[in-house]
Amino acid sequence: MKSPTLSCLLTGLLAAGGAHASAADHVHASHAWIRVLPGDLPAGAYVTLQNDGDQPAALNGARSTIYAEAMLHQSSNEGGTSRMSAVESLTVPAHGTAMLAPAGYHLMLMKPNKPVKPGDTVRLQLSFTDGSTLATDFLARPANAVDDSH
Amino acid sequence: MKLRHLSRISRITLLLMLLAIGLLLGGCQRSEPLPLRLTNVSGHMPDLDFRLTDDHGKAVTGADYRGKVLVLYFGYTHCPDVCPLTLAQLHVVMQRLGPLADGARILFVSVDPTRDTPQVMHTYVNAFDPRAIGLTGSAREIEALSKRYRTAFTREPGTADGNYEVSHGSAIYIFDRDGHARVLATPSAAQDDIVHDLHLLLSTGATP
Repeated sequence: MKSPTLSCLLTGLLAAGGAHASAADHVHASHAWIRVLPGDLPAGAYVTLQNDGDQPAALNGARSTIYAEAMLHQSSNEGGTSRMSAVESLTVPAHGTAMLAPAGYHLMLMKPNKPVKPGDTVRLQLSFTDGSTLATDFLARPANAVDDSH
Repeated sequence: MKLRHLSRISRITLLLMLLAIGLLLGGCQRSEPLPLRLTNVSGHMPDLDFRLTDDHGKAVTGADYRGKVLVLYFGYTHCPDVCPLTLAQLHVVMQRLGPLADGARILFVSVDPTRDTPQVMHTYVNAFDPRAIGLTGSAREIEALSKRYRTAFTREPGTADGNYEVSHGSAIYIFDRDGHARVLATPSAAQDDIVHDLHLLLSTGATP
C-alpha cells in the first residue's frame, strides 16, 4: 500500500510547485483582437488562451489603461433568444486551450478614455483567479470584421 | 410508320395536345415554390409593415422599402458581441452578392430605443455596410413590429453604473421585393445558404 502515500506526496509536491508558478506563467495568448464599434459603445475582445501547465488556469477578467471596465461575458442563444451574461471565470484546462470568440466568451470593454481606431494596438492585462496577470496586445479591428483575419 | 397513316387532323390534334401539356408544365413551374435553402416562411408570416424612424430621423413605414429585398434583424448598439457579429456576417453576404446587393437592404431594428437614437444608429449601421439601415422608434412601435414576427425583447436589470443588456430574438427575416416574408434564418445559418436565398429573391419577382 505504498501508492496512496506516493500519490499524496506527488499531489503535495505539485501543489507546492503550483504555488511558485502562477497561472499567467503557463498561459500563452494568441489571436487577440478587439471589435471596435463607433463612438464609445462597448467593444468585444477575443483571444485564444493556451495553457502549457499541469494545472488548470482560470481567467476572470482584464484591466486596461484605456477602458475603465473590462468584464468577462458569455453570449448564449437559447430558444432563439440572444442573451449576454457575466461570467465569474473561464477555465483554461491543463495542457489545453480556451477560446474567447464571437458568439461565445468575450471580454466586454467599456468606457474608453480615448478613441480606439481599427489598426490600433490595445494592451490588456488578462487576470487569473490566482491573482497573476498576463499582458496581451490586442489588435483593434473594424466593426465589420468577422474574426481575427477577415 | 404509324405517323404516316395519321391524318392531317390527327397530327394537328397531337400538336395541340403537346402544346397544352407544355403550357400546363410551364404554369406549374411558375407557381412552384422557390427552391429556398433556409426555412421557407412564404405565406406563414405577415407582410412587412411598421411605423418607425430611420437613421436619418425620417418617419418611415414598411411600404417605403418595397422594391428592395430586405434582411431584417433585431438588436441594439450596446451589444458588443452577437449583434455586431451578425451584422458583420450580413456585410460579407452583401459583398458576396456583388452588384445584386444594390437591390437589397439590411434593416437593423433597435430593441433599445432609449439609447439608440437615429444619430447613434446612423454611425453604427454605416460601420458595417452602406446598404444597412438603422430603424428605431418608440418602445410601442418596436414592440408592434417584434410581435408581428412573433419575437420579443427584454431589458435586463442594469448594473450600478446604469449599463444594461437587452435580450432579444436572434432570428433574421428575409422579405421579397413586395414585402412578403419569405425566409427565416438563425444567425448560425450557413452563409452560403443566406447568399443562395438572397440571390434567388433578387433574381426573381418584381423589379424596383
